[in-house]
Amino acid sequence: MSDIRYLAPQTLDDAVAQYAAAAGAARILAGGTDLLVQMRSGLKKPSTIVDVKKIPELTAIEETADGGFRVGAAVAGAVLEEHPTFGKVWPGVLEGLNLIGSTQIQGRASMGGNLCNGSPAGDSVPALVAAGAVATIAGPDGTRELKVEDVPAGPGKTNLKPGEILVSFTFPARPKGSSDAYLRMIPRTEMDIAVVGVGVSLTLENGTCTAARVGLGAVAPTVLLVHGAAEAIIGTKLDDAAIEKAAAACSAACNPIDDKRGTIAYRTKVAGVLFKRTLAIAAERAGRA
Amino acid sequence: MNDQSHKWIGKRTIRPDGADKVTGRAAYAADATMPGMVWGKVLRSPHPHAVIKSIDTSKAEALPGVKAVATAADFVDFPVDTPVPLGIQDMRWMSRNMLAKEKVLFHGHPIAAVAATSEEIAAEACALIEVDYDVLPFAIEIDDALAKDAPILHDFIEFEGRKSNIAGTLEHKLGDVEAGFAEADVIVERSFTTKPVHQGYIETHACVVSVAPDDRTTIWSSSQGQFMVRAMTAYLTGIPQSHIKAIPAEIGGGFGGKTIVYLEPVATILSKKSGRPVKMVMTREEVMRATGPTSGSKSTVKIGAKKDGTIVAGQGTFYLQAGCLPGSPIRGAAGCAFAPYDIKNVHSFGYDVVSNRSKVAAYRAPGAPIGAFAVECVLDEVAEKLGMDPLKLRLKNAAKEGTKAAHGPTFPRIGYAETVEEALNSTHYKTPLTGKYQGRGVASGFWFNAGGESSAQVNITEDGNVVVTTGHPDIGGSRASIANITAELLGIDYDQVSVQIGDTATIGYSNLTGGSRVLFASAMVVTESTEQVIEQLKGRAAKIWGIDPSQVVWENGEARPMGEHSANFPSMSLEELAAKANATGGPIGAGSQSNTVGAEGGFATHVCDVEVDVDLGIVRVIRYTCFQDVGRAIHPSYVEGQLQGGMAQGIGWALNEEYIYDKNGRVDNPGFLDYRMPVCSDLPMLDCGIIEIPNPKHPQGVRGVGEVPLVPGPAAVRNAVYDALGIRIDDLPLSPPSVLAAIDANSRQAAE
Amino acid sequence: MAKIHVSTTINGEPTEFLCDPADTVLDTLRDTLGLTGSKEGCGSGDCGACSITIDGRLVCSCLVLAAEADGHEIETIEGMAGSDHLHPLQRKFLETAALQCGICTPGFLMAAKSLLEKNPDPTETEVRYWLAGNLCRCTGYDKIVRAVMETAAEMREGAR
Repeated sequence: MSDIRYLAPQTLDDAVAQYAAAAGAARILAGGTDLLVQMRSGLKKPSTIVDVKKIPELTAIEETADGGFRVGAAVAGAVLEEHPTFGKVWPGVLEGLNLIGSTQIQGRASMGGNLCNGSPAGDSVPALVAAGAVATIAGPDGTRELKVEDVPAGPGKTNLKPGEILVSFTFPARPKGSSDAYLRMIPRTEMDIAVVGVGVSLTLENGTCTAARVGLGAVAPTVLLVHGAAEAIIGTKLDDAAIEKAAAACSAACNPIDDKRGTIAYRTKVAGVLFKRTLAIAAERAGRA
Repeated sequence: MNDQSHKWIGKRTIRPDGADKVTGRAAYAADATMPGMVWGKVLRSPHPHAVIKSIDTSKAEALPGVKAVATAADFVDFPVDTPVPLGIQDMRWMSRNMLAKEKVLFHGHPIAAVAATSEEIAAEACALIEVDYDVLPFAIEIDDALAKDAPILHDFIEFEGRKSNIAGTLEHKLGDVEAGFAEADVIVERSFTTKPVHQGYIETHACVVSVAPDDRTTIWSSSQGQFMVRAMTAYLTGIPQSHIKAIPAEIGGGFGGKTIVYLEPVATILSKKSGRPVKMVMTREEVMRATGPTSGSKSTVKIGAKKDGTIVAGQGTFYLQAGCLPGSPIRGAAGCAFAPYDIKNVHSFGYDVVSNRSKVAAYRAPGAPIGAFAVECVLDEVAEKLGMDPLKLRLKNAAKEGTKAAHGPTFPRIGYAETVEEALNSTHYKTPLTGKYQGRGVASGFWFNAGGESSAQVNITEDGNVVVTTGHPDIGGSRASIANITAELLGIDYDQVSVQIGDTATIGYSNLTGGSRVLFASAMVVTESTEQVIEQLKGRAAKIWGIDPSQVVWENGEARPMGEHSANFPSMSLEELAAKANATGGPIGAGSQSNTVGAEGGFATHVCDVEVDVDLGIVRVIRYTCFQDVGRAIHPSYVEGQLQGGMAQGIGWALNEEYIYDKNGRVDNPGFLDYRMPVCSDLPMLDCGIIEIPNPKHPQGVRGVGEVPLVPGPAAVRNAVYDALGIRIDDLPLSPPSVLAAIDANSRQAAE
Repeated sequence: MAKIHVSTTINGEPTEFLCDPADTVLDTLRDTLGLTGSKEGCGSGDCGACSITIDGRLVCSCLVLAAEADGHEIETIEGMAGSDHLHPLQRKFLETAALQCGICTPGFLMAAKSLLEKNPDPTETEVRYWLAGNLCRCTGYDKIVRAVMETAAEMREGAR
């Protein structure tokens, strides 16, 4: 028998108290699609598991007063997909989340879990970064907000302080002509970890790009917000020269590793290719939004 | 075959074990439990190569809940200088693969095993076993193992007078290749590499073993042969075969990988020492690290042809990885590579190379896809140089009845040419490709097929139905085919026949489910048994009627009097004869045992269309057809199933499957996440062109079908990629980074 | 820590069990409750052989803690057929030989059933992507995809 404790608090306050009290080797359980695999392989040996799925703030999907969205960190991909409006406004965020694993994984995996797992290849993260989503974090010292791109600290690491729990993501209201997209490169058609992932969010006014953000995954220790790529297309009509410049900025931003999933040369080249394809989809959607 | 004379042969019947399998009732090995059962776990080597100086199990034994600990010292010793062959295996190597003896030879090599009251305690106890190692340098790849200063795995292996990692060679020679090449107008020579690929069965290895105090042993396990399990367990534990009952659980895939044992003898010794039934189930990671993939390879093939397309010489050199102990399938590579062709001058040479990887196990036509990959890729280029259609080149040189094959036999009536003709005439081959980066490739393949030992018992039940028992685990629906044949021979309804797989105590010796032999061999013994049963039934009717048995005919499931008696007695059904069995001589049934012969080789030709994403290097198969001579399709659905499964595995081998090692000599992708077998969305529908040229040496015309469909796949995919890109990539897999690198290298070259 | 008491409904039957905090639903189904129809092929959510539904949602039972099941409704392969009839998917899998070794079959059936409940008229592509988390090494998926599409067509016809 293991000596693990399983706790399933009903309120955020209880969760924060229990998580902080357990300290050290306590782990948050959202969808469990990373945690259970890591426990089984012996990579993680938690003393306490705090299941956060009974806490309303972590499982709610709300439209905010200013016309944005707040999505609980533990909302499963399949649940968010069934939301009537979220995917229309943030199709790229939704497709990023929905690319994590299989249909079965979609029944469990969440954006919060994906982000806190700290993998640079997490499929939901580049689109969250591109979206300018903000993470709400609760801890023993109260609640604070952190831009999504500031949450990861390196492979398997986050900037959450001991005892802090990721509660939800807030998405800003979207001006007309805005949309987003996410694409990833994997060897198969499904079931792989991203070799490169690109999220693009932008706003078009009369064909001119007035705002843009680009998130790039699996090419550096953390998911990157590529300012250079956004700057290259803002103010343009997305002409070929601007796109090439932005794609080059994506490749230049890469600081990848050679591993079983891809080589440095491959990832660097593909980052630019994938950016162009993602941008085309996001722009086409924005043109209709 | 559109043979309307058959009622059940060729029908798509519902498999006898089907309802159990779709409702979750079917009992696989890991589903078994026993009262008082404990769990076994294996301690595995953290090093790829090291001398074991000592093993101290005292702390593990002292852990509460631990019931037994076993090491190699608990098993029969097989000295390295005395061969102990069992089939194609050698117990010297099997024993050392099961539990390391003098040395650990790969990362994950079993060293010791523990039985405890829970899996967790067993795992904890394994961690308490103290092993003192003398860590050695290691070699993973063929080139590392063949290097001048390579670490030598086994001091007792010598090659050309020196200690070596070349554990064996095999040579096939026909004619004079040098003379042949001298005649050639076109000669193509290329070198290739392929990576080890795993069989990828979804069910991990598992067993439950119970040893009673008198050593009477019962084994439930997932294997491709309960008799293999019995024999190997007996050899390795010293318990006589008569004391071991090996029960074949339903098997969740094997593809060759379950033709040897990993767990059963270990669980047997743990059960004997603990006095408790022991269950062992491998994790997926254990399967990937420590059970046999098939060999990685390095080969060079040279083929010469005349302007008219006549191939005049073929030469091949094939280095195959054996893993850590001798025994790679060089026979399949060197023997099958040139077999589809009538070539007068052939020289084929194989090398068996050991290195610090898990020992290879059989995988669907072992070695043959490696040989075919090299030969079929070279042929593609020969055809291009000759300006010939690649299928027409194959057809011109097709082996046929009377062709002397380099590996020995002279072929009887075979259907290779028909597979090529069907491919040439197919809608698939005639439909033009539409996309810029689409391409089409073709390739052929051969597998020996096998006969060998089989046993069957056919019994008539008291209510007039039939129970057939055979001795081969059913992996892919063979029970349905056997039921088709039995119902056909007896002229009764398919539903009246039940087919069982007997355990080692209830049915006579039957060799492995492997070599594409099961239906070939079991149909022969089932046919003999059923014919004997029919003779008995005729005799019983004759007795009832008081006439001579020669005056009785068996037709449409009934005994009928003939000739002068034909009007005197009403015919008798199986049910009526069964009801009177006791009065006419007792139970009705017959068995047959035979070492079957006449399993002639199988041939296939594949046509593959791909589309390449040239910016990402991704290859997708968009259409695929397998044309194969299957002899006779007893159950067409399960024949198609074999073809489709083989096609999918070939595509996986070609595109994304590979063993990746880290710099410490450890498998870096030991799971289904990064060992990338095709998923459902990766594949198109897989079309089958079934060709039936009945095997003249078999009562129903059966040829083996299970293995050939893997053989042409990797080459067909690679040749299609060449057609799409104009770039010949000679190293598998054609994964996106390697394809993109080839595209980039090609455009750099073009720019220069 | 002591075992956890869990109250669930499994295939319509109220079911209580005790579990270790680290046990998965799959461990409990197979080792505690004797429901061995759900299979373990990988234990990491990559093969789908352990597919079940929880409150109607398709999941891998190897990636759900048994303790999480408290208060939820579980459906497994053992609950798919009626007492005297197979589910149309089960029947079609048999008719079309959409299984060979059968180890992946329970998972495919649970996943396919979940698909047809959500989408009664899926395209081949939709079927293939929905089932991408279920590995089969025997069939090349051809007959499985056909069986699911044919069943969907028959069920639509039957629903008219």
